[in-house]
Amino acid sequence: MTLRVKDLKVYYQTLRGDVHALDGVDFELADGEIMGLAGESGCGKSTLGKSLIRLDSRMRHVDGTIELDGEDVPIAKDREMNRFRYHEISLIPQYAMSALNPTRKIGRMINELLQSRGVRPSEVTEELNRRLELVGLDPDVLKRFPIELSGGMKQRVVMVMATLLNPSLLIADEATSALDVSTQRSVVESMVEFRDRGYVKSMIFVTHDISLVYQMADTVMVMYAGRVAEKAPASTIINDPQHPYTKMLIGALPEVGATTDEARLEGIPGTPPGLLHPPTGCRFKARCPIASEECSETPPLVEIEPGHWAACWKTGR
Amino acid sequence: MLELSHVHKVYRVGAFGGSTLRAVRDVNLVVKPGEVVSLIGESGSGKSTIGKMVLGLTKPSQGTITFEGKDVTRLRGFGEKKEYYRHVQGVFQDPFSSFNPIFKADRVFEMIRSSYFPDVSDADWREKVLDVIGTVRLDPANVLNKYPHQLSGGQLQRLLIARALLLDIRLLVADEIISMLDASTRIDVLNLLADLKERGLGILFVTHDLSLGNYVSDRSVILRKGAIAELGPTRRVFENPLHPYSRHLLSCVPQLHRTWAEVDAELAANPPEDVVLPTVSEGDDSAPLVEAEEGHFVGIDQR
Repeated sequence: MTLRVKDLKVYYQTLRGDVHALDGVDFELADGEIMGLAGESGCGKSTLGKSLIRLDSRMRHVDGTIELDGEDVPIAKDREMNRFRYHEISLIPQYAMSALNPTRKIGRMINELLQSRGVRPSEVTEELNRRLELVGLDPDVLKRFPIELSGGMKQRVVMVMATLLNPSLLIADEATSALDVSTQRSVVESMVEFRDRGYVKSMIFVTHDISLVYQMADTVMVMYAGRVAEKAPASTIINDPQHPYTKMLIGALPEVGATTDEARLEGIPGTPPGLLHPPTGCRFKARCPIASEECSETPPLVEIEPGHWAACWKTGR
Repeated sequence: MLELSHVHKVYRVGAFGGSTLRAVRDVNLVVKPGEVVSLIGESGSGKSTIGKMVLGLTKPSQGTITFEGKDVTRLRGFGEKKEYYRHVQGVFQDPFSSFNPIFKADRVFEMIRSSYFPDVSDADWREKVLDVIGTVRLDPANVLNKYPHQLSGGQLQRLLIARALLLDIRLLVADEIISMLDASTRIDVLNLLADLKERGLGILFVTHDLSLGNYVSDRSVILRKGAIAELGPTRRVFENPLHPYSRHLLSCVPQLHRTWAEVDAELAANPPEDVVLPTVSEGDDSAPLVEAEEGHFVGIDQR
């Protein structure tokens, strides 16, 4: 078991009180697993990604534990986390294309990054060139400035950079959302290749695009309003979802070939609840078509089939 | 209704504007009333530039754009442009930056009133506003008197469409209007476009997302490097893509029930028939189309 997250609670501190962005998140990630993390904006998926590597000053760790390869990850202690960052846990940030320093050549930037993490650049040069070639980049890119590369090339540079020290866990936060479809496909395929070659042990792929997750992920976790709604193998989530939120989310996606003439798809009425004062009980109950009295109690996340977890009173038994 | 004929747009690029970039190349296109035409393309394909030219935000370098017989590029003076915008309106990608955050969201309706309908009485105007808000399927109690940050992206986007509907609008240019929205609200905006289509509105739907492009549209145009690669009835374009670029693009779209490997295997098992693509000589900037089957055109292949 690579990663085990138990009852994780991370709140954002604001002047009006705490925003419960993550409110009791439980999940496990196996070795070699690519997990897609999906949900609407504001459901806490990016917060979860960030919490695993660095809490910014507004974020407060309230409760819960994270275990990576059997070791406790002290996410609340910024200094102690340095040992894990980049070596064990690495991140491809949202808008990775603009994460590169525009005033540095790529090669120099990578060297600075390695030195700051106590690694001598000469030790990994060979590996770096090999991996650049693997993702289809000429090692000459190291002598270029970020502005000279296209979006897809920058994305691949960031990917090679993030995984250079073979981290145990890679968090890719909307890593391909800004790319064109054909570039997106090649970047996603290189990510899977990196996993297959063991450069990263496991990966959390945060995205709002469920159809993309289906192409590459082994499992999918759907979040809603700071909690896990459902986690299952990718094909189960797409073909046989159990949680009403997942069902409605999948039902709202137009497919290539679907037109309004044949059948109209339905959106999900309403909006996700604000997390400053989250509702009690099941957080989806206000938008759920099958909500009933028992939904005023919080449904636990239960394993309804091996590997298939859902938090809903209607599916849990 | 809207007709683009041999439209080119050349931008000056480079440090001193020394070199040029042909962003739109020889585009011919017609949008009829009650028809949704999707402009689909990757970044740099010129799809947004076409939208901007139709809205008069930038002028074509060559060619004409006519709307109901009038040349859009020759509109002179404030009065003529104002009349044009009475019939043609645009909605853009980011709803949050379309609103001024320090004013309430329904100020956009007031601005329409002060410039286009100064003589309407308060009661009549209110009725009109409630009517369009109903058309875009919003609950007035939830959206009126609110600031933009209190509303969701989908609600704001629908308010902008409602704003356009206050005018006597015949053509809507929808430039990536749903790419910022969540999957759950996206479909509501798409369904709204389908409703508007039934009311006889022509819609130019600009998108980079192929699955969204074909959900609402009657005809699809696939653009590449400014030129039309393929144009035809949406169903035919998606079921039987003829241009190699469209085939490549379609094979890269992540689909819900089929993986890329399955799509590739199917393509390899049934290789599509090749069509003869039109060619142009070196230095010729035109982009001719060839009709491969009825109403289904293919364009030049650009490397």
